[in-house]
Amino acid sequence: MSRKLLLEHINVPGINTLDVYRQKGGYRAVEKALKTLTPEEIVEEVKKSGLRGRGGAGFPTGMKWSFLAKPEGVARYLVCNADESEPGTFKDRYLMTYIPHALIEGMIVSSFALGAKVSYIYVRGEMMPQIRILEKAIAEAKAAGWLGKNILGTGYDLELYVQPGGGAYICGEETALLESLEGKRGNPRIKPPFPAIAGLYGCPTVVNNVESIAAVVPIINDGGEEYAKIGIGRSTGTKLISASGNLVKPGVYEIELGLPVEEFIYSDEYCGGIANGKRLKATVAGGSSVPVLPANLTLKLANGEPRLMSYESLSEGGFATGTMMGSGGFIAFDEDQCIVRNTWNFSRFYHHESCGQCSPCREGTGWMEKVLHKIEHGHGSMEDVDLLWDIQRKIEGNTICPLGDAAAWPVASAIRHFRDEFEWHIKEPVKSQQQNYGLAYYANPIEKAPVTEEK
Amino acid sequence: MLKVEEQTPVVFSSELLAKFDDVKSRYPEGKHKSALLPLLHLVQAEYLWVSTHAMDRVAEYLNIQPIEVYEVATFYTMYFLKPQGKYALEVCRTGPCCLVGAEKILDHLESKLGVKEGEVTADGLFSFRGVECLAACGFGPVLQISPDYTFYENLTTESVDKLIEDLKNK
Ligand SMILES: Cc1cc2nc3c(=O)[nH]c(=O)nc-3n(C[C@H](O)[C@H](O)[C@H](O)COP(=O)(O)O)c2cc1C
Ligand code: SF4
Ligand code: FES
Repeated sequence: MSRKLLLEHINVPGINTLDVYRQKGGYRAVEKALKTLTPEEIVEEVKKSGLRGRGGAGFPTGMKWSFLAKPEGVARYLVCNADESEPGTFKDRYLMTYIPHALIEGMIVSSFALGAKVSYIYVRGEMMPQIRILEKAIAEAKAAGWLGKNILGTGYDLELYVQPGGGAYICGEETALLESLEGKRGNPRIKPPFPAIAGLYGCPTVVNNVESIAAVVPIINDGGEEYAKIGIGRSTGTKLISASGNLVKPGVYEIELGLPVEEFIYSDEYCGGIANGKRLKATVAGGSSVPVLPANLTLKLANGEPRLMSYESLSEGGFATGTMMGSGGFIAFDEDQCIVRNTWNFSRFYHHESCGQCSPCREGTGWMEKVLHKIEHGHGSMEDVDLLWDIQRKIEGNTICPLGDAAAWPVASAIRHFRDEFEWHIKEPVKSQQQNYGLAYYANPIEKAPVTEEK
Repeated sequence: MLKVEEQTPVVFSSELLAKFDDVKSRYPEGKHKSALLPLLHLVQAEYLWVSTHAMDRVAEYLNIQPIEVYEVATFYTMYFLKPQGKYALEVCRTGPCCLVGAEKILDHLESKLGVKEGEVTADGLFSFRGVECLAACGFGPVLQISPDYTFYENLTTESVDKLIEDLKNK
């Protein structure tokens, strides 16, 4: 069994309440931080831990914190990004549902480290049940003196509020989130200035993902060095992986970074293999925005070595043969799934979610959706594949925020690795409406049920 | 998109206004516009949709221009700009859920309820639509029901039938 830092007590009855959470050692990090550490020392521990942002970009959290501007007499804010809307990602919702106090404890310690006196948790509006859970947990914490004025008699004051979104994937982008929190449309801002200089209400602001903030708790409890001992290379610690698609046991798993992908998919400790005795065709390893990989490149690097669940190993080979850790949304496709259909679905998603500020994204995502719809429904021509390639290239890198890239990469990677499946839809307009393309050679080396050694 | 229709004037109850005040107190002096999204949710929970009249009253309450409310209400997908069924069913239609049968659930709802996406059943009870990833992809197919966003996972056509019967009998 691998070590669990975030989900260790997930099955303890009543762990969503303050009392049980306390019995299991909860709020020790707040006591330690507020009573024995200075804000600078906390930032130093987080730096030592090597923690990288869990929201998608993987930016080192300690470094981000040290960039926060601290002008005299100006408020500073910590805003937790709980907008979780990246298709394939559902770990934050899970954590907030079952262990809300883990996030609240992390928010108190992190707010103290950053000198924030008011902090917000921006939760996507659809998560009303989770909003109610968090508000109840905050009320409990406040009644017990963990929030409010003069916490633990240290003179530190903190108010924590939950802010609902209105339904918009783009509000997960941190500057769109800040716009939304100011009561506006979620249009991403042009950077610079970065939020660390001018964020919420123009004040210095740190935006962090739910999981990043929750990870600060074990880092403070055990020390940054202990945390950094887990994992591999620059991928330290544990990571929540949301596993979905055609798996025997989809769900949220906490892994030690560096776990072989094959073990994650096939071992009974994790996903338990592909559902219904089928074979793996492809995966999207880090949420819908990252490149799709065929089964063979999912399990092994181009040089034949096993691929690991780490930031470095997942991106090994660049976009030619690799992908990205992203938000840790691991989507598995079995042999009966259609890559063209899924790519069309994702393009529809990005078109729907584009905020519309930049033409390459607003128009390009719509074009990609239309062309993919045409191919998927048996009306495509060979030029359409080249057209798609051309559109995605013109979006990538030419937009205000990374949603444009996120829309381009799934299309580019699908064509790169599954071009023959696109061409088959075009050459076989009738057949492709009745059956699926199947596995083809890229999954051939993979046996029905690879044997994995238990650790 | 935003059409000014014949609508009944709206007067917010004192209970609702008390909730507004509570939300407004969460933001620093002068930054009360931040309350806009939460306020629109409160309005929708009360009236099941957000009419232009209601938006105008929200604008007055926050002391901002009506257009500032309209532009927000039309940007976000959760605000209903026309009346829905008493139970508005929202099924996730994004990739991962489609791998496990979300499209079948949407088709089934259409034939079961006898209305198209976005329409309301004759008895006023139901409407449905496809929405994007609801952050529950491992438990798909999933649907949520506004206004309180109760959540249902691992749907089958049978469980959807049962859910609809239960709601009818409520
Ligand atoms: C289109 C888009 C959507 C995003 N959605 C989320 C999200 O739902 N949750 C999240 O934490 N980060 C999301 N991000 C990343 C944030 O912009 C930001 O990098 C992150 O919240 C920083 O926190 P971290 O450093 O702790 O990861 C998104 C980025 C983009 C471009
Ligand atoms: S890339 Fe797309 S989502 Fe991002 S700012 Fe431009 S139009 Fe908006
Ligand atoms: S794809 Fe349906 S909940 Fe994520």
